[in-house]
Amino acid sequence: MINNGIIRNKIIEVRDVDFYYGAFKALSGVTMDFEKNRVTALIGPSGCGKSTLLRLLNRMNDLIDDTRIEGSVLFEGRNIYDPDMDPVEVRKRIGMVFQKPNPFPKSIFNNIIYGPKLVGVNGKDDLEVLVEQSLRQAVLWDEVKDILGQSAMMLSGGQQQRLCIARALAMKPDVLLMDEPTSALDPISTAKIEELIEELKRNYTIIIVTHNMQQAARISDYTGFFYLGSLIEYNETEKIFTKPDVKQTEDYITGRFG
Amino acid sequence: MEEKRHTSSQYERELREVKDGLMYQGALTEKAIDSALRSLLERNSDLARMVIVEDDRIDAFDAELEDKCITLLALRQPAARDLRFIATAIKVNGHLERIGDMAVNIAQKAIILNEEPQLKPYIDLPRMADITREMIKEGLDAMVNEDVSLADRVRTAEDTVDGLNEQIFRELLTFMMEDPKTIHRALIIMQISKNLERIADHAKGIADMVIYMVTGKSVRHQFHATTDRETP
Repeated sequence: MINNGIIRNKIIEVRDVDFYYGAFKALSGVTMDFEKNRVTALIGPSGCGKSTLLRLLNRMNDLIDDTRIEGSVLFEGRNIYDPDMDPVEVRKRIGMVFQKPNPFPKSIFNNIIYGPKLVGVNGKDDLEVLVEQSLRQAVLWDEVKDILGQSAMMLSGGQQQRLCIARALAMKPDVLLMDEPTSALDPISTAKIEELIEELKRNYTIIIVTHNMQQAARISDYTGFFYLGSLIEYNETEKIFTKPDVKQTEDYITGRFG
Repeated sequence: MEEKRHTSSQYERELREVKDGLMYQGALTEKAIDSALRSLLERNSDLARMVIVEDDRIDAFDAELEDKCITLLALRQPAARDLRFIATAIKVNGHLERIGDMAVNIAQKAIILNEEPQLKPYIDLPRMADITREMIKEGLDAMVNEDVSLADRVRTAEDTVDGLNEQIFRELLTFMMEDPKTIHRALIIMQISKNLERIADHAKGIADMVIYMVTGKSVRHQFHATTDRETP
């Protein structure tokens, strides 16, 4: 049961999307709406297409050779795959955080301003304000405010991941895509990121891929279950984890798969 | 419907242990009701005292089962059908433990009544006891087989028990009005009847939880038209 009807305030609408890596069809007929300022989790076994879909939402798959998309992905009503859409503009509005923290080998300060400078933010004061704002939003400011000039590589894994989130926020996106953002982190850093996600959803739409079912249950408002490239069930998270409509979903979340 | 097994066979086994434990507890409580009633019908106070002693086993098993369920919640973080099963198991376990207590109440009353001449032949009490035992058995069968229609039948059976309880109440009222010397015994019989009626309530509670377990919907506070009233 794909309950797109529950989505009231759509920010992204995926319409009949098929996606191919060469001849391999990785996604098949996916139609899925995303609610603005909410957390949506994409779950499913490895190879089910959830990360592929996530990367489609800001044209990250463009960077992979021999891939092809059919169907459309509307962001605020416009198809991001229209020929006249600029992928850089799309990625500015729809930011991404990856599985492993990947700070640039630069200072903390320069990590944050790297993206904004590329798109033309230059004033020293503006940049300083932006750095503080972004780090505060990522709940990292208090930990790094006195060491902004030091290398980001010296931060702990959890701090690096929050820095990556701050770096994404510095672009002032509307949507944050997160691909297993805590799978490389310890439980305390994970809890901090989860709390941060809770905080961020007031101002951002968050779409997260996670293998950790309890994480999806804890932090998301909506959950989509994928299997073999199809969206099998999409509903409010509470419903998915207490009484899913589809047996495949139930088998997966209760550990009866494979 | 054939159920897929868990990837973790240990988890599968732990869930199975809870289910088996409830069936065993159910059998203990059915036996307790049966023995309590027989101790009254056969005027056998030794049997009644055995019901009281045996309840310690029901209580110990109640604690053990609850502990198993809480451990499963903590360690396995069950979801969906497993979560509904464990939530159901915890409540069903509580119902069974209370049923055991009520069998003890009945046994205690039987000991008192057995000291005095029998007031009247017991006809409706054994019928009530039979129905409540059947309700418990069918409620647990419905749980094992995920059988909503059987659970529904258990819920309606409660009406019959309520009706019998009221009938006994009216009958004993006439005894008491005719001869005040019967009041003590009549009140005790009423308490036994009331205990059986409460057992039926708990059996209905089991059936309610089975419906939740299978459908995800709560029917606990949806009464049948005839049962939605106070019983004496």
